[in-house]
Amino acid sequence: MDLTLSDEQKLIRQAVERFIRNDYSFDARKKIIGAEPGYSTAHWQTFAELGWLGVPLPEAHGGFGGALADLLQVVEPFGAGMVVEPYLPSVILAGTAIAEGGSEAQQAELLPAIADGTLIAALAHGERQSRFNPHDVQTSARREGDAYLLDGQKTVVPGAPWAQKFIVSARTAGERFDAEGIGLFVVDADAAGLQVDSYRTADGARAGNVTLQQVRVPASAALGDPAAGLTALTAALDLGLAAACGEALGAMQAVYQRTLDYVKTRKQFDVPIGSFQVIQHRLVDMFTAVESSRSMLTMLAVRFADPQERARALTATKVHLGQNARYVAQQAVQLHGGIGMTEELDIGHYFRRLTLFCLAFGSTDEQLETYAAEHI
Amino acid sequence: MNVDFSPAELEFQQQVRQWFADNLPADLKRKNELGKMPSRDELVAWQRKLNEQGWLAPGWPEEHGGPGWTATQRYIFDLERARAGAPIGLSMGIVMLGPVLMAFGTPEQKQTYLPRILSCDDWWCQGYSEPGSGSDLASLKTSAVPDGDSYVVNGSKIWTTYAHYANRMFCLVRTSNEGKKQAGISFLLIDMDTPGLEVRPIISIDGEHHLNEVFFTDVRVPKANLVGQEGQGWTIAKYLLTHERTTIAGVADSKVNLGILKAMAAENQSNGKPMLEDPRIRRRIAQVEIDLLALEWTNLRTLAATAAGKAPGPESSNLKLAGTAVQQAITELMVEIAGPWAWPWQTGDYVGPPELAHAVERYNFARAATIYGGSDEVQKNVLAKMMLGLK
Ligand SMILES: Cc1cc2nc3c(=O)[nH]c(=O)nc-3n(C[C@H](O)[C@H](O)[C@H](O)COP(=O)(O)OP(=O)(O)OC[C@H]3O[C@@H](n4cnc5c(N)ncnc54)[C@H](O)[C@@H]3O)c2cc1C
Repeated sequence: MDLTLSDEQKLIRQAVERFIRNDYSFDARKKIIGAEPGYSTAHWQTFAELGWLGVPLPEAHGGFGGALADLLQVVEPFGAGMVVEPYLPSVILAGTAIAEGGSEAQQAELLPAIADGTLIAALAHGERQSRFNPHDVQTSARREGDAYLLDGQKTVVPGAPWAQKFIVSARTAGERFDAEGIGLFVVDADAAGLQVDSYRTADGARAGNVTLQQVRVPASAALGDPAAGLTALTAALDLGLAAACGEALGAMQAVYQRTLDYVKTRKQFDVPIGSFQVIQHRLVDMFTAVESSRSMLTMLAVRFADPQERARALTATKVHLGQNARYVAQQAVQLHGGIGMTEELDIGHYFRRLTLFCLAFGSTDEQLETYAAEHI
Repeated sequence: MNVDFSPAELEFQQQVRQWFADNLPADLKRKNELGKMPSRDELVAWQRKLNEQGWLAPGWPEEHGGPGWTATQRYIFDLERARAGAPIGLSMGIVMLGPVLMAFGTPEQKQTYLPRILSCDDWWCQGYSEPGSGSDLASLKTSAVPDGDSYVVNGSKIWTTYAHYANRMFCLVRTSNEGKKQAGISFLLIDMDTPGLEVRPIISIDGEHHLNEVFFTDVRVPKANLVGQEGQGWTIAKYLLTHERTTIAGVADSKVNLGILKAMAAENQSNGKPMLEDPRIRRRIAQVEIDLLALEWTNLRTLAATAAGKAPGPESSNLKLAGTAVQQAITELMVEIAGPWAWPWQTGDYVGPPELAHAVERYNFARAATIYGGSDEVQKNVLAKMMLGLK
């Protein structure tokens, strides 16, 4: 048994950590999110040059073919820095959908561009009524000669304002909740009939609603079988959730550490508040929450590649991290008192990011329900 | 044992309900339901309307322009106020300063300030907390040094809610460094437009501007603005803390917010069905509803004891603890219902269902409820000491 990181993994982790420390301070991040376009194109270029954008992508198409354990070395420090650049939307979600669903030609066209940073893509699968269920697709793709006509609306698409291409899930056949009959289509952001309504998100990034009205794409825009896109979509969402858990762990670790530092220095009643036993126990509980989350993520990294184990391991990890992220985030604010409630300090930003994590890809509670229904 | 309202109380309830139905502006009600803060002008206009009816200050006696209600009437009024969808209104002048002036103010202070609170010509803010003095309020450092017929005030206050709307502040200042630190604190009324006073905004994690920092540089305050005696500030502040306890648990608003939560769950779908039909969601709502029921009855027991003449004591800490836990649980469930609609940060037009738009902001701001007005931890310290005798 060996759960230590390989030398390569250590190197990449150190590089990402160094970047966060030197170039992605809370103040630097504030400047990025306060200005247009809302992410740093220079940082994106750096990510490309250092090879981070290729980590999970196939070797044959400009990537490194990394496993989840490799990817975690990138996303954990990203979570600690609350990186807003569209790594998850473009590299992980869109990248995986293309790698899993696309033909050789489609992969060759799109993946190297994602890996070298010239293409930002976004996965547009959610809909107004769908919550987190990828089967619930009402957007339609109607065949017309050698083209498809797409109609519908995709909502809360992370990275949408920055995307040049969307991977859109749309129904080519079947009824609203059917697993069959869902296709994935590559659609240019500037296609006629496509409109993006952009907004900021509670965690400082940006997203948008993508409206498709009679958007015409060639039949070759379908990623693989236009009636069986769900497999690739699920693979993308699986890796997305695993990466989101990695980010959350990074954020939890960071906000726990800051809270620990704070209770050692903040004085009330002439003593550090960390000298009160109730506060000490709270910090111990936060520490345990982070450590236990790390254990789950280690489990996930080991089990993820096993198709028999993946779903169960992933659901369990989300439940556990969701519960612990909620606790750590809430206590971090509570123990900071008034200052924890401010936009000025990073604590509240971690709080918001972790709040969204708890919901992402299905809330903690929904995932617990799934586990109960499918895995015991 | 019964908790039935008397016929007279029931009639009162009907009267209040009708008045709100006839007078509450629809857009103010809508904002309140969505969890949006009304503007200063909207609030002032609304409070003036309440005052015309004589109902702005439910806790005040008739001699000072209040309705002279019993504790039970106040409880009923608050229930109906929340039920109608009306905002709570500004507590600083009405709930906090008013009773202090009635108990400790000079005749001139009462004459000058009480009517102006009712007419909303004055908007008061509370200047207690300082950067170094939060839970340990008695360590406050902002100093007031006598000079002729004035005090000269130096220092700073923080977390001052709506200082940017206020024209006056009631403030705890240090007038002496001798003896126990509590004994050197005085209660001072300060005009916000006095030279040397500066207000700076603090944006909170719901993205709103409620909070401020207030800086004092040689601010001259007439000695006539001292309330009570020099060194009596701590006693006055503590008097305030145990004064108005019938509404601290927030039962009325939590009931209404629970209703809003159910409506959210009914109107929004998961897997093609209203979320309110989902057993998982129903269980979680049931849990909060039961906690709220227990809280309501704790509140009623306190109310009954007060009606029987018992002075309110540390059980208010208990009500605050349980009340804020319910408030936070409700907003947490709102976020759960919102699901993906928790992502958009609402700055302009709604990009999703409006009723879900402010769920995250509500949740974010509700975290403050266990911090302000004595944090959870401090309330528990109080209970351990005062109720349980643990030292
Ligand atoms: C939204 C909001 C509105 C506010 N409005 C006003 C206002 O209008 N006017 C005003 O004067 N103030 C206001 N406050 C300030 C509020 O009263 C203080 O935030 C509060 O007293 C806590 O002080 P602090 O923020 O300095 O936290 P600290 O006192 O530094 O507390 C930090 C943490 O330590 C814990 N702690 C402290 N002492 C102990 C102890 N002995 N045992 C165990 N744990 C302890 C606290 O519970 C908290 O978790 C407001 C605050 C907020 C958040």
